[in-house]
Amino acid sequence: MQRIATAFHGSRRTSDFDDTRLDGALALEDDSRVAVIGGGPAGSFFTYFLLDMAQRISMRLEVDIYEPRDFAVTGPAGCNMCGGIISESLVQHLAAEGIDLPSTVVERAIDSYVLHMDESDVRIGTPLQEKRIAAVHRGAGPRGMKEAKWRSFDGYLLDLAAGKGAHLVRGRVDDISLKDGRPVVQTQGGSPQGYDLLVAAVGVNSSAPKLFEKLGLGYKPPRTTKTYVSEFYFGQETVEKYLGSSMHVFLLHLPRLEFAALIPKGDYITLCLLGMDIDGPLVQSFLNAPEVKRCFPPGWSVPQDFCHCSPKINFQAATQPFADRVVFVGDCGVTRLYKDGIGAAYRTAKAAAVTAVFSGVSAEDFRRHYWPTCRAINTDNNIGKLIFIVTRQIQKNAHDRRGILRMVSREQQNPEGARRMSTVLWDVFTGSAPYREVFVRTLHPCFLGRFLWDIIVTTLVAIWPLHRDRAEARMRWKRAP
Amino acid sequence: MDMGGLGKVYRDGEIVVRQGEMGDCMFVIQAGQLEVLREEGARELRLTVLGKGDIFGEMALFDGGVRSATVRALGEARALTLDKRTFLRRVHEDPSLAFRILQTMSHRIRQLNGELVRLKSEQTEMAAPRG
Repeated sequence: MQRIATAFHGSRRTSDFDDTRLDGALALEDDSRVAVIGGGPAGSFFTYFLLDMAQRISMRLEVDIYEPRDFAVTGPAGCNMCGGIISESLVQHLAAEGIDLPSTVVERAIDSYVLHMDESDVRIGTPLQEKRIAAVHRGAGPRGMKEAKWRSFDGYLLDLAAGKGAHLVRGRVDDISLKDGRPVVQTQGGSPQGYDLLVAAVGVNSSAPKLFEKLGLGYKPPRTTKTYVSEFYFGQETVEKYLGSSMHVFLLHLPRLEFAALIPKGDYITLCLLGMDIDGPLVQSFLNAPEVKRCFPPGWSVPQDFCHCSPKINFQAATQPFADRVVFVGDCGVTRLYKDGIGAAYRTAKAAAVTAVFSGVSAEDFRRHYWPTCRAINTDNNIGKLIFIVTRQIQKNAHDRRGILRMVSREQQNPEGARRMSTVLWDVFTGSAPYREVFVRTLHPCFLGRFLWDIIVTTLVAIWPLHRDRAEARMRWKRAP
Repeated sequence: MDMGGLGKVYRDGEIVVRQGEMGDCMFVIQAGQLEVLREEGARELRLTVLGKGDIFGEMALFDGGVRSATVRALGEARALTLDKRTFLRRVHEDPSLAFRILQTMSHRIRQLNGELVRLKSEQTEMAAPRG
């Protein structure tokens, strides 16, 4: 750390920067120092892309990532508490960036999901029948794991960032202040370190956002709600037998539950519940539902001791996630509603890195070049809220649920035809497409007409036994080889 | 069993893209090798062999044309498909995503230049009078 302290004292002052070179008055240049607080995906993505782009324009930057956790440790100490799904779109974007997720990190590649409702269930495959969703553990694995067969996803990304030349500081940040307009970071027992840019990638599950509130930058952390994630050990063969390479999602009529999924990993099944203030009784009601029990081996009951957590997730974005020489990326700034949080971390982190390298690090630079990415996510989340209100109504209404099942089943039986409901559900559940795009697709007259027709038919079938028998006979005939 | 392998597995000799077909996606090789073939009548000319991390099929994404060559698995290989719409939408949001594709294309132009120089040199040597 002595080397870093010396480098700071020798670095240029604000007034030395060339104001006319770029949009803003503050800009990074050779030997500028950047502090990234948090080594989760947002911090690692920011560092990786900042250094990658700086190298492309032959700019030398010094980046310190502050991350006290060791992602090689199992259990909560090395985990960022999340369901661990890398969406189809993010897998593709990362591949285009040259980041191919290896099978030493991806515990299970997913090619489909199974939608469970109280009436029945239906399997929906990826459009190309290809494994394009990655199930990972954010840390080295759940508490009590005997053998670490896969690497931590967060650890893998952090190594990529370090491979670009970043310096990892293992200390916990105790204090953040501004001195002459420059951020200063203080760790437990360390000397104060000054920087030209401070990047907050601290998520919403630590007390770190409070360190930034007191700086008087106008930043207010996002509003959050509690979710639930747990890990159940079954071993590879059992996971394969009961869940296969499908993510299992549930549309059940349980109050306060917006979304529930069982995600197959290597030796574990991850249970992920989203909604408003998920608590013990709600978890128990979910696990007792017959649709859920069918996904587990017969006679299985929840073990006495298992790894579980109740992490917070955003439902409203942070206020003012940037200032002169300070920017907030990932969950502590703006993220997507309920889905694809790692995808949002990638988008916000990269937008901030591109701004810092090519435009500048003033509040005005971030407002002009970084904020549009955050605003687009925020706007999309508002549409997402509308979609989830509709989903809640569907969960409550048996006719609507049957209509969905009928529409999806017919689409899956005819792979050559339009897959309107299947793609809408796929994108809502996997977070692969913006909510706006999903919403627009649901307004298509063919979608609405088909859905309405299927609701009418299923309602008639439900109330008219003779018609139901004929319809079932027709369906059996169609399914027959 | 490679449970974590992303993309689609192609068996030995399986065609991934065929010369002359319309293309609306590109590919990133996740594992194994694929050969790139130019079909001239009944003759097949191997242009190159691609391996893990290489991309192919990107030309059809940008020029909207047909596939310029056939790509076939050499042994078992696994490749991830990148949809045209997903990719170009993201490039519109973040043009820097195209850096790597440009880098690959630029690398291929360099290779082609080298190949052209080699062929021209051979031609000149053959045409030169022997003394």
